Amino acid sequence: MSPARDFEWQDRYEAVIGLEVHTHLATESKLFSPAPVRYGDAPNHAVHPIDLALPGVLPMLNDRVIDLAIRFGLAVRGEVNPRSIFARKNYFYPDLPKGYQISQFEDPVIIGGSVQIALEGSEPRTIHLTRAHLEEDAGKSIHDPALAGSDASLVDLNRAGVPLLEIVSEPEMHSSEEAGAYLRALRSILRYIGVSHGDMEKGQFRCDANVSLRRIGTQQLGTRTECKNVNSFANVEAAIDAECVRQAEVLDDGGDVVQATMAFDPATGRTRVLRLKENSDDYRYFPDPDLVPLVIAAERIEAVRRKMPELPDEKHARFQADFALSAHDAGILTGSRELGDFFEAVVVACEAMGTDAATRAKAVSNWVLRDLLRILKERDLELEDAPIEPQALASLICLVDAGRLTVKSAQQIFPDLVCEGGDPVQMMTAQGLEAVSDSGVIEDAVARVIEANPDAVASFREGDQKSINFLMGQVMKRTQGKANPGQVRELLIQKLS
Amino acid sequence: MSRISRQEVDQIAQLARLSLSDDEAAAMERDLERILEYVAALETLDTEGVEPTAHALQLATPVRPDEACEPMDPELALSNAPEAAGTAFVVPKVIDEEGR
Repeated sequence: MSPARDFEWQDRYEAVIGLEVHTHLATESKLFSPAPVRYGDAPNHAVHPIDLALPGVLPMLNDRVIDLAIRFGLAVRGEVNPRSIFARKNYFYPDLPKGYQISQFEDPVIIGGSVQIALEGSEPRTIHLTRAHLEEDAGKSIHDPALAGSDASLVDLNRAGVPLLEIVSEPEMHSSEEAGAYLRALRSILRYIGVSHGDMEKGQFRCDANVSLRRIGTQQLGTRTECKNVNSFANVEAAIDAECVRQAEVLDDGGDVVQATMAFDPATGRTRVLRLKENSDDYRYFPDPDLVPLVIAAERIEAVRRKMPELPDEKHARFQADFALSAHDAGILTGSRELGDFFEAVVVACEAMGTDAATRAKAVSNWVLRDLLRILKERDLELEDAPIEPQALASLICLVDAGRLTVKSAQQIFPDLVCEGGDPVQMMTAQGLEAVSDSGVIEDAVARVIEANPDAVASFREGDQKSINFLMGQVMKRTQGKANPGQVRELLIQKLS
Repeated sequence: MSRISRQEVDQIAQLARLSLSDDEAAAMERDLERILEYVAALETLDTEGVEPTAHALQLATPVRPDEACEPMDPELALSNAPEAAGTAFVVPKVIDEEGR
């Protein structure tokens, strides 16, 4: 695969990238405590004694989390572990009151699985997953001298105990673009199946990137570094590129890459060493004596399977098959669950209104891909927040189909329909846009245009086919764009031959 | 045969944020040596085909429904804190490390 971005080091080294994603599960309450999962509260306004590790508390697993983990496992075609074990990961940090994080180590809840990625102009690739495990999030440390003074930090435990699924990929990506594509695909899956809201700004989808370089042609993996908590797709890609450049410099100088945790600074576009890596033994993992194994029965997995929503790649394939859409168009339409559902609802509504079956899906995809997405972008609006109903777009398409509205008039109505909502028939009537199909009126306009444009008429008769477009334009102008263009064309040709 | 070195004792103490005097470290080394000796006796058993025991109770994890409770009163949550600012805990400054 040839990456779109070119780097000088790429003729000597191949990048090997594995990603760890921490995603918040979409629950009401925390993983082991009944405190609410909320964002944007004042510090320590969403905590429970369990989150504070007060003496005598015991963790109790949130039942919903089990279904969400199973759903993820099924979506990526991984194995749902019938018996997984919660382990303590021990380290000291002020935002971790217990002195350990409850995680899973040797026996994670999901084993294996894979995610498909597609880069433009390349064959789709399969990125395998190592595992996915459940763990609790830590609180937040706030280092703000203005609030805490220069020798203190603040701790907010609202986030402590929020359920996380940590999803670990195999080191199978070889460019920052592939890493970006993987993250987008993974986030899309999580959102489709309702496992996570995946809002990166709220920290619901965070990424650590493990990066190493190896000489082209060799198989031995180089020493890797880990870029922690890079929180946008663009920054993950930039951090990987920056880290590859740094490692190539070290290797070119005959040095060794040292295993370390790196921080990426978006302002400088560079990575720097945060701390040398503690090896995994230093966390002294051991099974949490407060929690017995998580046993998942086959019946429960089957029950979740029966209720699985359609996955992005399934919907992508179905849209191509059912609606004769190109892979590209189907890809955009299924890029978010909301857009795909909207498209499909419009097609169904058009069907109910009896529009032409042969052109229906194409007409709807044109309106959605060309007009709707442009208007949403111009107005900086999300589809979920736009008042337009699928029924209204179907009704608009129907009016065009029936010749009651020209495409031009329909496009004039559409932005209001998207941003304000409403009924196209009423809007058409109120704005006097109904197409003129009265042949008397059109005939009159055609006669006048022929009379007023002898030059264009002459050149059409001499065989200049383009002149007809000019004459049509004149007729449309005379009828304020409301005449049916097909009817106008037919009449013009009839009168001129 | 020594099963644990003084260096390992120091490393474990550091991970546990324990500051040991020389005498304490030496005592700890002796204690850990005896514990490891005891555990080593288990290693002589044939455990081929025996599933590792993560917990002595043969139970599956009890669960609770995903329902959020009223959170704690923040004042109560902070009532044991040596220092607070607003409703945040105040701790000694954390140097050049990020949360995991």
